[in-house]
Amino acid sequence: MTDTTEPTALLTAIDLTARDARVRKRHRAELRFRGYGIFSIGVAVAALLWLFTSLAVGGAGAVYTTYIKIDVHLDQTVIDPDATGDAAVFAKASYQSLIRSGLRNHFPGVTGRRDQRALNGLVTLAAPYLLRDIVLDDPALIGTKTGIWILASDEADLIARGKGTKRSTKSRNDGQAAWIAELRSQDRVERRFNWQFFTGGDSREPELAGILVAMIGSVLSLLVCFAVAFPVGVLAAVYLQEFARRTWITTLFEVNINNLAAVPSIIFGLLGLYIFLNVLHLPRSAPLVGGLVLALMTLPTIIIASRAALQSVPESIRDGALAVGASRVQAIFHHVVPIALPGMMTGTILGMARALGETAPLLMIGMVAFIVDVPKSILDPATALPVQIFLWADSPERAFVDKTSAAILVLLGFMVLMNAGAVLIRNRFEVRL
Amino acid sequence: MVTFRHLFLGAVLIALPLAVEMPGSNTAEAREQIRIVGSSTVFPFSASVAEQFGRATDFKTPVVERTGSGGGLKLFCSGVGDRYPDITNASRRIKQSEVRFCASNGVTDIVEVKIGFDGIVLANSIESEPLRITLRQLWLALAKDVPTTKGNGGSEGETEPNPHQKWSDIDSSLPHSNIEVFGPPPTSGTRDAFVELAMEGGCKTFPWIVDLKKSNNAVFKSLCHTIREDGAFIDAGENDNLIVQKLGANPNTFGIFGFSFLDQNYDRVQGSFIDGVEPQFEIIATGNYPISRSLYFYVKALHVDLVPGIAAFLAVFTDDDTWGPDGYLGDKGLIPMPDEERRVWAKRAGALELLQM
Repeated sequence: MTDTTEPTALLTAIDLTARDARVRKRHRAELRFRGYGIFSIGVAVAALLWLFTSLAVGGAGAVYTTYIKIDVHLDQTVIDPDATGDAAVFAKASYQSLIRSGLRNHFPGVTGRRDQRALNGLVTLAAPYLLRDIVLDDPALIGTKTGIWILASDEADLIARGKGTKRSTKSRNDGQAAWIAELRSQDRVERRFNWQFFTGGDSREPELAGILVAMIGSVLSLLVCFAVAFPVGVLAAVYLQEFARRTWITTLFEVNINNLAAVPSIIFGLLGLYIFLNVLHLPRSAPLVGGLVLALMTLPTIIIASRAALQSVPESIRDGALAVGASRVQAIFHHVVPIALPGMMTGTILGMARALGETAPLLMIGMVAFIVDVPKSILDPATALPVQIFLWADSPERAFVDKTSAAILVLLGFMVLMNAGAVLIRNRFEVRL
Repeated sequence: MVTFRHLFLGAVLIALPLAVEMPGSNTAEAREQIRIVGSSTVFPFSASVAEQFGRATDFKTPVVERTGSGGGLKLFCSGVGDRYPDITNASRRIKQSEVRFCASNGVTDIVEVKIGFDGIVLANSIESEPLRITLRQLWLALAKDVPTTKGNGGSEGETEPNPHQKWSDIDSSLPHSNIEVFGPPPTSGTRDAFVELAMEGGCKTFPWIVDLKKSNNAVFKSLCHTIREDGAFIDAGENDNLIVQKLGANPNTFGIFGFSFLDQNYDRVQGSFIDGVEPQFEIIATGNYPISRSLYFYVKALHVDLVPGIAAFLAVFTDDDTWGPDGYLGDKGLIPMPDEERRVWAKRAGALELLQM
């Protein structure tokens, strides 16, 4: 007594109930999976947004800087006592004392060594040199008493932005805050766009620190890196993939290239130190050496990516070219390589983007350095963007936090530009099959 | 395809001028700017002076590299000539072995300049009470092995793995919170100085350990210098700003870093009293604060005529507007030497008096 003798009835029963449940289960699973996907993307987007907002908020502080207007008496007896009218004489004068007496005139009540130091600390350490340049530009000012806009110190800038810090002498900042408030009430405090940040070299004074040396250093290094790594990498990949016979030697090469791609970058720095500095005697801290080291580092990535790109080109392309009488070289360079080029470019850009963010290999060859003078060639000392970020992040002065954020934004901007360039080039070379 | 060739040619065209330039660099004329390497502690001070020097004189601004004291001395001692640095910064004195290494490479004439002091502070968030601790208690809190309680103060040398979990386990006057200290990694000069001054200082308050130094120096060193690895001491990496931030986030933790970071963050952290002495600018300058070290730089006398501006740089560095009590290096956190000591060192630097060791 069993009902298994009724096959059709059983089948429909299974179909209607069990299949329905399973379908629903599968649909639910699919929905869940989509949910996970959206959630992950959401997390990534949120993290990115958070990063960008915090960087932008911090970086904004570096883009504007504070100036203070002080009435300075450009005393002829100090600048040019013998009335020579000679610029060389102007250049040697003590502008420090002029600025200090100007500040004292604004706040005659400030006495005592410590308070006067705090007062003098309202303007940047380089103020005398800035004033010197103003006088050299316009010698007619000598002998007059004029209001001159002087760059404020990093501490005064933070106070003006309501972010004052406390220093060991706690009264120091309270005094400074009061003075800034008073100057502000007389319209003597102004926030201006900080051109210095984009046109100056590094400085230990946050208000003077600029990113130009690091930008030029990064650009020059990457140019050298591209010029060396791209041709060498692509040719190596083409040879290995298209011409070399499979022997144990090529296998050995292949394994080693794959291994090299995973070697920590500091090792390439050590290699660069030995080959380029100790053996070839190239100059330290030069973007040329930096670029060569980065090229060594990116080569394996380029070779691997290029070989993968070549591998993905259908065999029929080669056969077709050979069939109409092309030589191997013609078949490969006229037909195969152009199709593989977008893939090769992607690999190159990925490698270069990694190179752009490297500091470790640059440490060994002396690019982790404080450099003020803007480099004029690939042999002049320079630093690089990630190095600049590292150096600023490690500085005690609070105002460098903003500079660090701004420098990171510049680095990210560079990255976006490079990637955009890669997409452009890729579209330009894309060959429809 | 022509387009591909363009790209390829482009790369080669960039490479070509580089290749032409490369051999020329070997025979490049003498360096125009001073090159400085060395300690990352001295780096901010050295860079400050370099910058002012570049601004105030007609010489090019020196290039200052951050390589660490040991790395700097190694580069410095590698030879005489264009390719080698002129000055190296050090957060400790040059060692006998380094002087010998220098001499073996022809670097025989070295001028030593002491620039001032750097205090190392133990700090916590201003939201907590300031800590008052002795070096002995600090060592008992951070050492890997400590004397057993019965050996405590006695003459017999039995040790056990550090049992102290809370500060109050060491002394009831200390806070009832877990020992959690962020400090620099072993590669850092700050760590070396902390171990040498604070750890060894606290360790030596036990008479039997002092005796041990004479009988078995290796055991003495491993006992006094080894920091615990059970999580109470946290290696926080080279970035001192990060430690300051972590202290703000957790008021029960402490951090070890250089005085300049305390100086810039008085609204967030406070220095602990060590043996009853507060780490303040003026107090460290008197030499009474127990964890402070001297900072130096070394100049290659043979380079003075080779690279322009070295003598002028020395003059700028040893000027009272630079390193004096009112100088700008003080604003950067360098603790100045007493007047007389400054005068002596400035005179030695001016006369290029050679280091005798």
